[in-house]
Amino acid sequence: MMHTADMLKAIAPYREEAIVVPGRGGRYWIDLTTRQNLDVPVGDPAMGGHAGFALGLALARPDKKVILFDSEGDILMSLGMLVTIAEQQPANFYHFLIDNGCYATTGGQPVPNADQVAYDVIARGAGYPRAFAFSELDQFSANLPDILNKPGPVFVAAKVVPEIENAPIGRRRRWQTRARDQVIKDLRKELGIEE
Amino acid sequence: MNDAAVVALSPETVLGEMKKNGVTHVVWLPDSETNWLYLLMKAELSLRLVGVSREGHACSIAAGLSAGGAKPLILIQNTGMLESGDSLRGWLLGLNVPVVLMVGYRGWTRHGINQDSAATYTERFLMAFGINYYLVESDADAPRVTIAFEEAERTRRPVVVLVGDEYHGFNR
Repeated sequence: MMHTADMLKAIAPYREEAIVVPGRGGRYWIDLTTRQNLDVPVGDPAMGGHAGFALGLALARPDKKVILFDSEGDILMSLGMLVTIAEQQPANFYHFLIDNGCYATTGGQPVPNADQVAYDVIARGAGYPRAFAFSELDQFSANLPDILNKPGPVFVAAKVVPEIENAPIGRRRRWQTRARDQVIKDLRKELGIEE
Repeated sequence: MNDAAVVALSPETVLGEMKKNGVTHVVWLPDSETNWLYLLMKAELSLRLVGVSREGHACSIAAGLSAGGAKPLILIQNTGMLESGDSLRGWLLGLNVPVVLMVGYRGWTRHGINQDSAATYTERFLMAFGINYYLVESDADAPRVTIAFEEAERTRRPVVVLVGDEYHGFNR
């Protein structure tokens, strides 16, 4: 099993000009990114929506790769989104799933059927043309060039070590440095979108 | 032609409003009366249809489309809007998304006496969320759709168009 920080560190060199929706990986990605204005850390507006948000970006900007760091808790709330993504077939969409098997921010309670779910199989069944699952960092890292250099949509489930938070929300480290409005403004400016 | 057909909101009119207001993507889930509109939208090359399997998904997709510079329209039924509450709150209101939602008003009756709780709670729901809305019943009401688009842009908020003619307007 890998650590989320190591997983994201392995992806960072391949990011290039991609838009990144860091989702639950945001607190690690912020220390790795070299293109902050192409990062879209919107926090957690409503759980289950990161895949849809990233899909929307990918459809709006087919000229840019969009990399999403989703989580299994999120996608379990929106499994139907996989079907929509597969139907749309966005060639610029790279869907990484950070699977720690639990709701880490609420104390580590397991997600339903945590140890038995094969998310790559679900994605393939939904119609993703390519889907992978990794639990070891070396295998994950070795396959990244192939994953990111071919067209999407592609789904990559990565089994990671749970990092459970039990501190009251008000006492947790706030890693966000920009408000949501600013994040969207920075992205649109970077993309040359007139306000 | 019966009276209902004379006053109905035609799907051609709805499509015309979409084009007039520069819609690029329609994020939608069909309801029982939208098939004719679907066929028109499908044939319209300037629109991309993004079908969802649950209405709440439309909110986050629309938020991403908008952030990326596209102009989405959400087309759903009021039952689905009710189900979408948290996504609407977080993704549309939370990210200040200027989007119009065309919402089929299932159960709506002009005399105000309805037998469908979907209608009972529709406007109460919108008022609770502080989302402005316009009712359209016929082609004569079509300018309200453009008003909704203009308001969404001006206020950077979602605005709803309730389609009160759902039961005859979109089918033939």
